[in-house]
This record gives sequence, C-alpha cells and structure tokens, in this order.
Amino acid sequence: MTLSETRVDQIGVQERVARLQSRSIKNDSKKEALTLALSMIDLTTLEGRDSPNKVRQLCYKATHLHESFPGLPHVAAICVYAPMIRTAKQALQGSDVKVAAVATAFPSGMTSLETKLDEVKQAAQDGADEIDMVISRGRFLSGDFDYVAEEINKVKEACGTAHLKVILETGELVTLDNVRTASDIAMTAGADFIKTSTGKIQPAATPEVTLVMMQAIRDFYRKHGRKVGLKPAGGISKSKQAIQYLVMLRETLGQDWLNPDLFRFGASSLANDILMQVVKQNTGIYQSTSYFSLD
Amino acid sequence: MTIENHPQNLQADWTYDPAPQSIEHVDIHDSYELFINGKFTSSKDGSYRDSINPATEKTLAKVAEAGVEDVDLAVEAARQAYEGPWSQMTAAERGKFLFRIARMIQERSRELAIVESLDGGKPIRESRDVDIPLAAAHFFYYAGWADKLDYAFPGRQAQSIGVAAQIIPWNFPLLMAAWKLAPALATGNTLVLKPAETTPLTAMILADIIREADLPPGVVNIVTGDGDLGKQLVRHPGIDKIAFTGSTAVGKEIMRALAGKDKRFTLELGGKAANIVFADAAIDQAIEGIVNSIFFNQGHVCCAGSRLFVEESVAQEVTQKLRERMETLIVGDPLDKNTDIGAINSIDQLKRIQSYVEIGQQEGGELYQSSCILPDTGYWHAPTLFSNVSQSHRIVQEEIFGPVLAIQTFRTVDEVIDKANNTPYGLSGGVWTDKGAKIFKVTRNIRAGVIWANTFNKFDPSSPFGGYKESGMGREGGVEGLLPYLNLTTNTR
Repeated sequence: MTLSETRVDQIGVQERVARLQSRSIKNDSKKEALTLALSMIDLTTLEGRDSPNKVRQLCYKATHLHESFPGLPHVAAICVYAPMIRTAKQALQGSDVKVAAVATAFPSGMTSLETKLDEVKQAAQDGADEIDMVISRGRFLSGDFDYVAEEINKVKEACGTAHLKVILETGELVTLDNVRTASDIAMTAGADFIKTSTGKIQPAATPEVTLVMMQAIRDFYRKHGRKVGLKPAGGISKSKQAIQYLVMLRETLGQDWLNPDLFRFGASSLANDILMQVVKQNTGIYQSTSYFSLD
Repeated sequence: MTIENHPQNLQADWTYDPAPQSIEHVDIHDSYELFINGKFTSSKDGSYRDSINPATEKTLAKVAEAGVEDVDLAVEAARQAYEGPWSQMTAAERGKFLFRIARMIQERSRELAIVESLDGGKPIRESRDVDIPLAAAHFFYYAGWADKLDYAFPGRQAQSIGVAAQIIPWNFPLLMAAWKLAPALATGNTLVLKPAETTPLTAMILADIIREADLPPGVVNIVTGDGDLGKQLVRHPGIDKIAFTGSTAVGKEIMRALAGKDKRFTLELGGKAANIVFADAAIDQAIEGIVNSIFFNQGHVCCAGSRLFVEESVAQEVTQKLRERMETLIVGDPLDKNTDIGAINSIDQLKRIQSYVEIGQQEGGELYQSSCILPDTGYWHAPTLFSNVSQSHRIVQEEIFGPVLAIQTFRTVDEVIDKANNTPYGLSGGVWTDKGAKIFKVTRNIRAGVIWANTFNKFDPSSPFGGYKESGMGREGGVEGLLPYLNLTTNTR
C-alpha cells in the first residue's frame, strides 16, 4: 500500500471544527440529539480490576438507563475485555444491546499476529457481536503500511460474523495526515468501523481527529459504495460535546450516519451527563448527581 | 434479572430548531438625525429616508437626509475643530480618545452586532464574531500609533492634512467606518463621514459613542444620504482629502472630478479575485476556503474569491464536494445564530445579482444552486455556482457582489497565473497547495493587494489592504494606512 494521497491542513480542520461547534442546538432539536446520543453509547469498562459482577451491573444499566424516566432508549453496546464476553452475553440476553470486546493485545497491540488472531477467534467464539482491535502503531510510524493492512485483513477474517472496529489510537499517530492515512488503510483492509482511541492514551478522541476520519469515511463511501462506521472514544463525557459531535456528523456524513449502526460514542461517564440533561430539558430542573446510578 | 426491549423510535431527520438572538435590550429609535458639531441636528429641509430591514422589508427607522447646507455646516464644523482643539491637542491625548472609542465599541458590541444584522441582513454570527470585534481592533491599533508617528516614519516629520471626507459602503458598515475614522483621527485630522443610505444605523450608534466619549465637537461629523450627497462632499471646496470605498464606476467618477485639484484621495474599489486550487491541496479544507471566499457576507465582499480556478485533475471532485457543502449552508433569518447566509442588502442589489445569474445562463454557463428554501418576504439569493464558463463570460469578468461563483479549470501554473491576472481588477487572491514553493511562485506573480495562501478573507488591522489596477489606490490598515492622512516632510535638523 502506498501513502495516502489525501492531504490534510491542520489549521483548516481546526477552523472548520470551531465553526461547527458554534452551532446553537435548542429545544426539540436538543432533546432529539440527547436521545440519539444515548442510543449511540458503547457503555465501557476496561479495567484490570473488572469482575463478572461489575460487568453484570453495567449490563443492567445499559438497558435501564433511568427507570424514573420512561421512554428512553437503551445504549448501543457494552464494551468489555474478552474474558467478560460470556458474562455480558448472558446478562444482556433478550435485549438488542450488543457486546463489544477489545482484542489484539489491547491497548498496546504488542504481541505476535498469531496470538492476536487466536484471541480474536476466541472472542468471536465466546459470542462477541463486535470486536475492537488496535492497529500496530509502531509498524505504522515506521512506514510499514503493508503490515498494518495485512494484520487488519487477517483479523477481519478471524472475526467471522462479528463486526470489526479498528482502533487507530490517534493520540500516538500525532498528525492529522497520519490519521487520514491510517483511516484509509483500515477501511480498505475491511474495517466495519474505525475508532479513534483506546482511552488509555492522551489525547483520546478530539473533534479535529474525528472530523478527519469522517471525511475519510465519506470519501471511501463515494469511491467504493460501502458505509463504514465511526466511533470516537475517550474524553467525551459531557452532553454538550456529544451534541457537537452529532452536529459534525450531520454536516459531514449526513443523516444516513445518524444512527447507532454507523456511529458510536465510546464512553463511561457520558450516559449520566446526558440523562441529567434529558431530565433538565423535560422538567426545567437540574437534578443532583445522586439521582443517577453509578454503575 | 429481566431485560425489556425498549423501542429505539428515533426521528429519522434531525434538524436544528431556530436559535434566534434576543433583541430585547436593543433600542432602535424611530428617527435618527445628522451628527454635526457634536450635536444631533435635523437636516435643513427636514427630509428623511427610511432604513429597511432587508430580511423583512420593514422600516427600522427614518434617517435624516442631508442637503447642501448641511454639508456646508458639517465641513465648517470639521474645519473649526481642526484649527481649534484637535490640532492643538497632544498626540497622546488624541490617542486616549481612540482607546476610549475602542473600549466603548466593545462595551456595546452586542447592540452593534444586532443592529448591523437588522439593518444590513448579514448573519449575526458574522457581525458578532467578525465585524464588531474587528472594528474595535482597528481603533485599538491606530490609537497606539497616535503618539508614535515619528517612529513610524524615521527622519521625517509627519503632519496632518486637514478635513477629510469619508464615504463608506453598505457591506461592512461599522467596520468600514472604523477603517476610515481610526487612522484619520490618530493622525490629527478631522472629518465628515457619509455612511451608505441602506445601512446608516450603526454609524448613528457610533456617533452616540463619539459624543459620549467627549470628543471635541466637530472632529467627527456624520451626514447621511445617498450618492448625490457623496458627490457634493467630493466636490466641496473645504475638503482636503477624500477616502472612498465602493464601486469602480464611482471611483473613476471621483478621479475625474478631482483632476487638477489639490486634493488627496484614496480609493478602495471592486474586485474579481482568483481563488486557485491545485491538485496537491488539502481538498476538504480548500472547500471550506472556497465557501468562505464567496459566501461570506452573502458575497457582498470586494475581495471575494469570485473566480475559482481548479486544476483539471481534481475539478470533478472539487465541484462535487462544493455542491454537497453548499447543501449544508443554512440560508435565512440573519438573527438566527445558526444562519450561514443572510439577506441580500437591498432590492437593488438583489436585482443586480439576479440579472447576472440570467446573463450567466444565457451565455451557456451551467448553473447549480443549493436546494435551500428561501423565505417569502425579504431579499434572498441561494448560493450559486456556474461551471462550464471561461474568461470571456461576463459573469467571469464583472463584479457581481453576491453569492455567485464561477468555476474554471486549468492545467499548469503559468496558465493559471495568466488567467488570474487577466482582469482589470487586482484586489485579492487565494492559492491552495501543499507545496510551499508553489505558493511563492503564484503569489509573486499575481498582481493583487492581498493574496491568501491556504486560507481566505483573513483581516487584521496591522495588515495593509488595498488594490492594484482598477481595484483602487492607497492602503488602509497597518503603518501604510497612516500615509494617506499625512504630509511627510524631511526633518532638516
């Protein structure tokens, strides 16, 4: 694979982001955006200390966001480490909530391809609906794009019917030119989704990086006719940010992408902030955080 | 544990609700008077002209119409103030008045932005984020020069000229007033300002600010009226310098009127700028630049990039992306915070734009317009794109001053430089490429006052602005912007 021919101008991207962030979203359009954002969340726990009980609690929250406020959607998926897949599947039985598992030596990706493929196969076997892999950033930065592409390709094969999300870990790629190149590689190699970050590296998702990835997805769709999804992850914890991402999505990729099949937020604390806003939009009162469950 | 299946039931089409700027604390008077010798005074013949909100076609206020006698009074007041307090004052004191005006513009920025959008039709986002902050910035910038003129021109003595007549256009009413007033006052001149007849209201608020700032009476006089009033000002024997921003046709008329007379003048006139996109540019960001270059302020911008040149190999991609981007532009209520394109300034200007769009179609240009729905009342024009045109088409040669862009393709650098220069105008230009060397080659060879690289329509008070060829003479902004208001003599000591 050769270097991406598409150039990115950082200042131009920053200005476009600033312009989009100045959109003023009020009243019904705000309510709709908040509900939409809730339905797009990949409720996430990715800690070494995760236990089956913690995952079961998270799964219950995924389908019962705020019981005192009926009519809310459930989140799109829960996102866990591979050993938690079976627990999560069981807890979510009968619901539409998907189980996403991180794999391929998440978050660093520092292991052999064989080990990664075994891990992915096991995750698929355990019933993961979606698999979030990381790319080999070291290989990417040393210019070995062919390796990166082949790895994604093989992981995609190993996924079977599970959806593949490819994490670029943009915080380690640093430049927007790199983000664009990595996006193009991942989509060409078969990614169903491209995802900004693991959440373990700062900066995680930024509006600038996300905009560049949206533009890559749009160009890929125009060229190949396949709609690839997008998942900004990490650092999105406030409703206002979520709405700004949706504005960006609407004005870059359009209505077709405004649904959980093609757009997700990877977040742990975003849901409660949105819930607080939903209640406020409907009652006019901000409730205390004590009223929102911490699962 | 039981799990219910909640229906997703989401609205398929998410659109933005109106987000109107509140206008509650803005008080627009029923009528405004002339500002002469520090006082608001009605015109001698008592006549008024209505100022219309172009978004609603409703009258906002009636504004006094100055006649011959009023002009005489204004010029006389300016002369007395020049010979009296203003030229006697120390330069540092003069600077303080400018700082004060700058701060008061900031304090009343919300009010000024709202009135600018009501009176002229521009989106509140632009008047709030561009026009008003830049107007204040110009006063701050020139305030700093007032007592440093000896350093601006070392070895030479800087002397003021006298009474200036300043005639400004309707596209950036307050900002153009600031461009004119700030350097004239910093250099110790007095003046008579004439705002455009369709957009006088922010100038009237500026008059109020100047009165409150305690500027000596007569230093700034503001007379309102149309082109005939401008003619009287230009021909008035009591005027030492004329500063005009407007059309090239009127600029030529002014030069004819001033031929053989001992009057200084600067002219900032029309443009038909080339905006050049090379195949190696960051295309998505170039698209934003194109949108900004032609749809900013409804295209009522003298330095608008109205001739787009795209390298042939990316022409299809650029055209397609531009069309899609145009679909997302929100056209409508100028006071809505989400509006990208507001109302056309006046019915006359709308007719002029419409006639050019007709000409473009008759000449065989391929028309594309965004599918936005235009409001029923008010003056509106959809963002418009013409392809399949050449340098021989009138819509490529003549300034339209509206949201109408003409796209041509090119193959080589030399070809596009020739075509970019193939115009009687030379105010601005743009170049989009990832290659630094190409930027220097193109910018060095295009005859225009300002050329932006990988950006467009960026303004700063420290940067001189002005035209080559029929786009005008003289510079506004920067140290160069002081020159038109000074006589420089050699210091013999």
